[in-house]
Amino acid sequence: MISDISEAELTVTMKGIVKRFPGVVANDGVNFEARAGEVHALLGENGAGKSTLSNVLTGLYRPDEGTVSLNDEVVHFDSPRVALERGIGMVHQHFRLVNSFTVAENIILGEQSSSLFMDTSAAIERISALATKYRIAVDPSARIWQLSVGEQQRVEILKALYHGAKVLILDEPTAVLTPQEADALFMVLRSMVSEGRTVIFISHKLDEVMAVADRITVLRAGKTVSTIECATTSTRELARLMVGRDVVFNRVIRANQAEPHKIVLRVSDVDATDDRGRQAVKSISLTVGKSEIVAIAGVAGNGQRELAEVVGGMRPATRGTITVNNEVVPNGRVRKAMRAGVSHVPEDRLHTGLVADHSVENNLILKSYRNAPISKMSVLRRRIIRAQAKETVEKYDVKTPDTITPIRLLSGGNVQKVLLAREFDSLPSVMVVSSPTRGLDVGAIENVRKRLVDAADSGVGVLLISEDLEEIFALADRILVMYEGSIIGNIPAAEASRESIGLLMGGGSLSAENN
Amino acid sequence: MQSPLRLERRLTQPKWLNWGVPLLSLLGALILGGIVLLATGKNPFSVYARIIERGFASTDAFSRTLISATPFAFTGLAASVAFRMGLINIGGEGQLYLGAIGAAFAGIAFQDQPTAVIIATMIIFGMLFGGAWAAIVGILKAKFSTNEIITSLMLNYVAAIFLDYLIFNSNSYWRDPKSYGFPTGKRLVENAYWYDISIGPIAIPFGFVVAVFVAVIVWFLYSRTRFGYEVGVIASSPSAARYAGIRARWKIITVMALSGALAGLGGASDVGDFRHVLDAKGVQISGYGYTGIVVAALARLNPLSAIFVAVFIGGLSNAGYALQGPDFPSGLVGTLQGLILFTAVAGEILTRYRIKRQNTIADGAIV
Repeated sequence: MISDISEAELTVTMKGIVKRFPGVVANDGVNFEARAGEVHALLGENGAGKSTLSNVLTGLYRPDEGTVSLNDEVVHFDSPRVALERGIGMVHQHFRLVNSFTVAENIILGEQSSSLFMDTSAAIERISALATKYRIAVDPSARIWQLSVGEQQRVEILKALYHGAKVLILDEPTAVLTPQEADALFMVLRSMVSEGRTVIFISHKLDEVMAVADRITVLRAGKTVSTIECATTSTRELARLMVGRDVVFNRVIRANQAEPHKIVLRVSDVDATDDRGRQAVKSISLTVGKSEIVAIAGVAGNGQRELAEVVGGMRPATRGTITVNNEVVPNGRVRKAMRAGVSHVPEDRLHTGLVADHSVENNLILKSYRNAPISKMSVLRRRIIRAQAKETVEKYDVKTPDTITPIRLLSGGNVQKVLLAREFDSLPSVMVVSSPTRGLDVGAIENVRKRLVDAADSGVGVLLISEDLEEIFALADRILVMYEGSIIGNIPAAEASRESIGLLMGGGSLSAENN
Repeated sequence: MQSPLRLERRLTQPKWLNWGVPLLSLLGALILGGIVLLATGKNPFSVYARIIERGFASTDAFSRTLISATPFAFTGLAASVAFRMGLINIGGEGQLYLGAIGAAFAGIAFQDQPTAVIIATMIIFGMLFGGAWAAIVGILKAKFSTNEIITSLMLNYVAAIFLDYLIFNSNSYWRDPKSYGFPTGKRLVENAYWYDISIGPIAIPFGFVVAVFVAVIVWFLYSRTRFGYEVGVIASSPSAARYAGIRARWKIITVMALSGALAGLGGASDVGDFRHVLDAKGVQISGYGYTGIVVAALARLNPLSAIFVAVFIGGLSNAGYALQGPDFPSGLVGTLQGLILFTAVAGEILTRYRIKRQNTIADGAIV
């Protein structure tokens, strides 16, 4: 299974790939071809179908329709292992390494070996040779837990090379890297293609795609938009292709105009770290006015979730303050934030905003169960809870057999209705809403958006965090763009264009493109 | 490599599963036990008939069964209370020893008081000792995220050694100074024996009455109060708990202490109802704490069901004492009990999953 690169080079062709999941068509007739000796970027927004396509290629998913061929021979991979034996290796976003093992042990893991004991010395030699050849600096005897994330990624690349990968797929490899590490990675990738290997580089960052790719295939909503030579395109064109311009969006008519000068939420100079302790939010300041919908556009993972959690009190800011109705909210205190009038609709509805296994009525009291009349002397008053739940279900038109049905049995749209109903009924001054319509069908999307507009019309300041430009343009009064933890644009919705926002989301700058 | 059958998560759990599955589990255990009995040359029907006769059929036997059942009820409740928050407290055994130590202390120290006062202090000290012992586990988990399975299990051994030390290796407050050859604990005065409450011909031990009372309180606590609601949210979704501003750390400590206090109460009842002495060997041989896990599993963590399951297990072990002899080794009783646990756990999986024929891999969408 250890093959030498001097063997036949591989051209990967995927034709008419269709992959459906319950309720979604993730790939809808995708055509894709990657030739030997090129870095081929797969560009698209989250949910465009990039990861599904690569999972089809590596045999993790079986396509519902369409074919995968290697050098014109149609192949069917049952598992990533079979794909790797045919020369297709993948480096996932989340590494698959055993922390307590050494680099060498991780690399030879899974190798078919006839003897009981692993012969690591020969392996270490081969690994060192590969590492020197591609200038990948890794100590084969180091243990994984001792390595930085960037080094762990190099181990994954070495692992794929060691097992004879001629086609290497990297799923958003720079998401975990510093800019310097990313540059080093690009060098490695270039030296791999220079000797006839193929690199498929999945990303939604325009700059790095332009920096590393030879050709770019843009996916949007599960379809191939176009495959273009990197040399003949610009970040601006890529942004347009990636977000699409053909969708016509209707701006929602508002009953009350935004009053941006009557500030209800002020975020001042806030820093925050993510779950792994890296800085995710970098000195962000923003304001939301009464009846104003302020959208934060950005590709997921640029610090939006952390920012939303800081405002909601779930995550302490490491610096800066949150002010609601001119009063400073104690840092990182959920209940204080709730009392100050902050409502938070998290992106993970089923497991953060709601308790999936619990009933509709138990979920409706998640934030009010401490207060009268829901509870008295620490005892929950079931009759009142049920009566209120019935009222809410009716008022917000939640489709559920009864109020004791577990939330996880409801459809996505009804789940979101329950969550929004609870949050609206808490009569907030500020709502932080993350990806409120992701995964919902058209009818449900319309309903959720209408509810958000109603809230804004009634005076609530809404901070809408979304990757969906259509949604942002339909709802927002003002658009901020978040990239790598900072806000890099603040544009009134009336003056913004999809291209300019898309460009900023990919880390481009407006002024550079203007000349 | 692929099995043609696979487990699929049930979307809903029909109500009948709550009683149907335990009954089927029991039936399965009896059938498997029957095979074992046949293999050892015994007639399963006559053995089962004797179990029913010695465990449940006469008023006298039933009273003894209730005495055996009481510690099981408490350790079963203790396990349920912790498991419902996802805390795997394996330390009921050690917490029960500490409860017995605490109760024996109170029984000796307050022996001149009226019986009611002695019983009350025995209960309080039993709960305090057991609860404090379990709180160690809770504090370690809340502060340092240690694995409660390991710490609670290890503390069982510490508790056992401590118990042995008090009776066999020291002249402690608990040891009877007059016992020379084989050291024993100080015997409680008769005034400190717990009451029996007679209903018709059946004498119900006081500890069992307390167990029923506690089960109702636990049921109310977990299904009708803010405390229980918060425990449920933490158990089902820690991130939702964080989102709602529920502090999991304090709950971990409180619930562990509560669980330990209930196990400790089991130790107190064993001293007050049954042994009337801190019997270091006797309390360890019974394995009340570990069996409590079985009780909780069979009761599907429902505190009220735990009482019924405890009576059943108590009857089995009571009948076991009566059965064992030259023709019936005690190991067979243990085998029967083990088979019941085995089928109970298997049944528990079937309440959450159903068995389906496997089609192709492509059907199992991994999103």
